Amino acid sequence: MKLALPFTLPPLRFDREGRRLWKDLAMTAAAFVCVVIALIPLGSILIEAGIRGIQAITPNLFLFDTAYGGIGNAIQGTLILIALSSVIALPIGILTGIYLSEFGKGRVGDGVRFFVDVLTQVPSIVVGIFVYSLFLTLALAGLMSTRSVFTTITGVIALTTIMIPFVARTSEESLRLVPVSTREAALALGIPRYRSILRVVLPSGVSGLVTGALLGVARVAGETAPLLMTAYGSFYGFSGLDQPIESLPHTIYTFALDGSPARLQAAWGASLVLVLIMLVISIVSRAIVHFRSVSE
Amino acid sequence: MLRLQFVRRRLLRSIEPGALGDSLFHWLTGIVAVGVVALLGLIAVVLLIAAQQSIRTFGFSFLAGTRWDSVADIYGAAPFVYGTLVTSAFALLLGVPISLGVAIFLSELAPPKLRVPLTYVVELLAAVPSVVYGFWGLKVLAPAMASSIEPAVQSLLGFLPLFQGTPTGSDKFSASVILAVMIIPTISAVSREALRAVPQSQREAALALGATRWESTRVAVVRYARAGIFGAIILGLGRAVGETMAVTMMIGNKNSISVSLFDQGQTIASLIANSFGEASLGYLQSSALLELGLVLMLMSLVINVFARLMVSRVLRRGEGLG
Repeated sequence: MKLALPFTLPPLRFDREGRRLWKDLAMTAAAFVCVVIALIPLGSILIEAGIRGIQAITPNLFLFDTAYGGIGNAIQGTLILIALSSVIALPIGILTGIYLSEFGKGRVGDGVRFFVDVLTQVPSIVVGIFVYSLFLTLALAGLMSTRSVFTTITGVIALTTIMIPFVARTSEESLRLVPVSTREAALALGIPRYRSILRVVLPSGVSGLVTGALLGVARVAGETAPLLMTAYGSFYGFSGLDQPIESLPHTIYTFALDGSPARLQAAWGASLVLVLIMLVISIVSRAIVHFRSVSE
Repeated sequence: MLRLQFVRRRLLRSIEPGALGDSLFHWLTGIVAVGVVALLGLIAVVLLIAAQQSIRTFGFSFLAGTRWDSVADIYGAAPFVYGTLVTSAFALLLGVPISLGVAIFLSELAPPKLRVPLTYVVELLAAVPSVVYGFWGLKVLAPAMASSIEPAVQSLLGFLPLFQGTPTGSDKFSASVILAVMIIPTISAVSREALRAVPQSQREAALALGATRWESTRVAVVRYARAGIFGAIILGLGRAVGETMAVTMMIGNKNSISVSLFDQGQTIASLIANSFGEASLGYLQSSALLELGLVLMLMSLVINVFARLMVSRVLRRGEGLG
């Protein structure tokens, strides 16, 4: 352990000078203890979910629907929700990011940036009841049936609303990292600006865009609250865009509050799967950033 | 004459290769971006319309009302606003010192070799979904709280009305602890950014005067970044106020106001989550829930706009000087 003592112990005297040095050491140690305390929950979650969840992870867990104590339909539902949300949110988010980084100068740009930032901070449950109210109001106005409130479509709209501002800000930041000289070089060749953005700036910033997209997916894949009043949940697999749909976080929630030991264990298994997915996404996006900064 | 020149310039520009594409592209991205901003307004308007019934029935007494009674069809928001504020405040009390310790260690005091890996690991805290925190809280944290942590707190501070009653593990105190865990990554990440925006010359100046590393951090760095750190704390508050699943699973779900933290409670978010899990909602009840949602949105908007203004001002100043 070369890292064991990266500092030298101050001399053992307690005059004014000595006290200052000891205080320096004590505060450094206290700050380190804060880091350790902050990491205890993460460690405990990984250990508990690892120990209790690993026993639950059997082929049947992934094959059965939640009606029979498995999580097969939940994984399917989460994949469908994520895929559909990404298809809508990524283009809109990236276009907004392009606007912010390429055209967003001056007051209008600052205003848009500010409100997109505020939108990322709106609690996800508020987004959930927004979509719920929107569809309920439309239904009460006679434009659609009240059954259309709890559907895959409303779930996707809720997740999309959460994902768009997040993707917009991450894409803006990654496009800003593309050097001005690259843009100028493209423009100097006489290429119109929009083509230089699409053909030169976007490809240069692609690793940042991928990272932002991955983090956006991670952000919505763990969402439960907005799905309670939109996609709702289902005991069986996907049965249409106009029907409720199950998702992995929702399964954890319902199984966690279920009394039966088998469901509880399945909930640990589902938690383990979900946490591992999140960690993998986190590490992959981190690796992309690292790879980019090394290659440059 | 001027007008002619203008027209001529427009004509010339439209002949320029790509000019049409350029302005189309500019407009396309601009419209999408403004549309995203309009979403924020749409959320507020839709909730306002959906909450009409409740707003008209209860008026301002909605915020002061302490009863939430679906049989008598009377709804008041006070217990939930109270629960939200109390749990968030205690979450800050517990989470802020730790977050600041983390930020200061990672930005100032850590040996360079530890800095990067520890930063990654702390960021992983933010990757754990809320529902997993809630489940872990319910099965691991709550029993520990009930059997050892809460009795220990009670034996120390039991003379305060805040810590009286029988500890159960599913109460406002546990909810605050889980909230504290969840806001640590937010506060420490934003504070770290504020600390890193402090110009290097500040540190060097203090060290050159003979300060130890801690003294330079305290006097020259933390002081300099204090507005940004304050903004980070407020951002953490914004997160705590809107956090739903973990709190719903930890707080015990009781719709009344009580002083003791060892008593059950309910936040705005947890009430909404619980109510929509159940089957049928009365018309007025659902409208009252949506008004609560509107209140929650306004609370988080005010908090976040304030925090954003603080943080962006500091980061800009840091860049300007650095």
